[in-house]
Amino acid sequence: MRVSCCESRPAVSRPPFGFRLLGSAEVTVSSGTLYDKVWDLHRVAELPGGATQLFIGLHLIHEVTSPQAFVALRELGLGVRHPERTVATVDHIVPTTSQARPFADPLAETMLATLESHCEEHGIRLHGIGSGRQGIVHVIAPELGLTQPGMTVACGDSHTSTHGAFGAIAFGIGTSQVRDVLAAQSLSIDKLKVRRIWVEGRLPFGVYAKDLILHMIRQLGVKGGVGYAYEFAGPAIEALSMEERMTLCNMAIEGGARCGYVNPDATTFAYLHGRPMAPSRANWERAVAWWQSLASGPEAHFDDEVRFDASALAPTVTWGITPGQGIGIDEAVPTPEQLEPNERPLAEQAYLYMDLTPGAAMAGLPVDVCFIGSCTNGRLSDLRAAAAVARGRTVASGIKAFVVPGSEQVARAAEAEGLDQVFRAAGFEWREPGCSMCLAMNPDRLEGRQISASSSNRNFKGRQGSAVGRTLLMSPAMVAAAAVRGHVTDVRELLLAPPHPEPAQPEPALS
Amino acid sequence: MTTSTSPTSSRPSSPPRSHAAFPSGPIRSVQGQAAVISGDDIDTDRIIPARFLKCISFEGLGEQAFADDRLELAGAHSLDRPERRDARILFVNRNFGCGSSREHAPQSLMRWGIRAVVGESFAEIFFGNCLALGIPCLQVSHDSLVDLQDLSTADPALDFQLDLVTAVLKAADRHWPLEMAPGPRHLLLSGQWDATSQLVAHDQELRATAARLPYLVNFAPS
Repeated sequence: MRVSCCESRPAVSRPPFGFRLLGSAEVTVSSGTLYDKVWDLHRVAELPGGATQLFIGLHLIHEVTSPQAFVALRELGLGVRHPERTVATVDHIVPTTSQARPFADPLAETMLATLESHCEEHGIRLHGIGSGRQGIVHVIAPELGLTQPGMTVACGDSHTSTHGAFGAIAFGIGTSQVRDVLAAQSLSIDKLKVRRIWVEGRLPFGVYAKDLILHMIRQLGVKGGVGYAYEFAGPAIEALSMEERMTLCNMAIEGGARCGYVNPDATTFAYLHGRPMAPSRANWERAVAWWQSLASGPEAHFDDEVRFDASALAPTVTWGITPGQGIGIDEAVPTPEQLEPNERPLAEQAYLYMDLTPGAAMAGLPVDVCFIGSCTNGRLSDLRAAAAVARGRTVASGIKAFVVPGSEQVARAAEAEGLDQVFRAAGFEWREPGCSMCLAMNPDRLEGRQISASSSNRNFKGRQGSAVGRTLLMSPAMVAAAAVRGHVTDVRELLLAPPHPEPAQPEPALS
Repeated sequence: MTTSTSPTSSRPSSPPRSHAAFPSGPIRSVQGQAAVISGDDIDTDRIIPARFLKCISFEGLGEQAFADDRLELAGAHSLDRPERRDARILFVNRNFGCGSSREHAPQSLMRWGIRAVVGESFAEIFFGNCLALGIPCLQVSHDSLVDLQDLSTADPALDFQLDLVTAVLKAADRHWPLEMAPGPRHLLLSGQWDATSQLVAHDQELRATAARLPYLVNFAPS
């Protein structure tokens, strides 16, 4: 087992990146890990070419990647094998201003109507708008207690890795595979290697799970996890809440790892207890015993290990066009000389696209739009962290700032504690749940060269709806700080200083 | 910032192309011109921007491949060169297809006419999505890839022959070794890359697996 330390950038010994030979050519050596145990339990058969047929315990579907799969199913004359293990919601295309039907956008309306019709035809539960349970698929499945330790979870969305926070093995799939899971409740898939990412220390004041995962991706690279499942472990991980673990696992895919997970523990069980789809009181002890038996034990063997120290982290912000191009708020945009030679071409593209100068500070960079939400950071604790910054302050002049709760449940819980009022009073818009400007499939999008401070997960060119729009990824608290200052700001300055509201400014009009 | 852009309003113009049949059965070879997509970490948002995902069918996605990049380059994008309007192979760099799991990305490339991708490395979900469509993603060394990209750039009409049986790419009396793991390669060569029928065939085994998963019965006593 190779052990690398990633505490400071120059000392990084990076794992090799890129394509790994999948299948029988590469023998994984991990054993006794949660990943190995869950894999063995769900193995159905060996397939031609050496892939494994893996049983999928929970299949989540939404309106964007499922319609073509249902059509293919019909063409094959097949039905849905386990409709009771399939759960649907609508998230990607829903507007966040008015969700009245029919939607103003006829294409969006068609997509939702198509999902409704497929779910009706096949007897699949759909948590639709106004049901009280609608929201981003990776927010609602955990909050309903659908996602549980030891399950295999699949969904036609790369951020399915989120569910690994519970000790589930969860991965994103394409539409052909959605068809396969509908037809056979299983997937043809190759086993991954397992890398343990051990994190010492505790997250410092003003530093969040988002900063931790952005730091990891920076150090290990966006290709570093290809061919691996990431097991996040160590004292800093054990101290994280379930919502923080979800943020962490959510972005495993941004580091190339198709799934990331945390071993289930008392925090996991406490979160699940009493949720609608969690095991009943009568069966609870049996469930916990089974879940505990799946955690990686002291005998577990990993393909390799990487170590970090959470205590050394600062609030992190991306400066480039991949989630790996991030820096601490107190650092400067790296110069080409500070980067590995093979990272320089992408950095040169990023300087141009982002209109940033190597060596410049990120703090102080003006922003246009501030977005709080997404499957990465659209949960109640995220909104609380942002509200703590916004409370008693005012969104800076000319800034459009809006909050999109991850689900109807998150929205109601936030409203019950008055967070919506805190945001509205500060000049943020309070919206209805959905994926929103994370990927801009609804009307929420950047225009032209606008630059956003965003609590989402991807800063790719054109990601937020304008082909030339720019995205800075950061924690929800950092987005709130950018909103009230009008520029990228070290949130710790605001958390330490008492709010001193400037004269009230008119709320920026929604164009 | 809320201007709604319809999928057709920003459609880049593209040269007329001949239609190629979609992959079916054993995939042994791919022949044709190549297009060059340079750069590491080309994500699936670049291949097919999210606004084009607002559809319930993959039909029509071919014209939208690399839509924003092609608009920006106003006809100078590799895919828009008239000499390679029938490109069948893409030459790409490292971690091609990273990001979103959207199968719309390989679907749009397939509907453009692409039948194989040759690159330094691929993102995992993209690789699997291509495999499920019968599109091989093959690996070459960095030096070979740069060589291939230079060759195709210098002569856009150059014809390449990709042989999956021998894992060799040939053009103009030269050849380059390709790599692909034996599992996926076997599936393509034998025509078994479409997994659905294999998965459905194991229903007994599926039942046996389900029987050992206590969460399927909500942990009720056995």
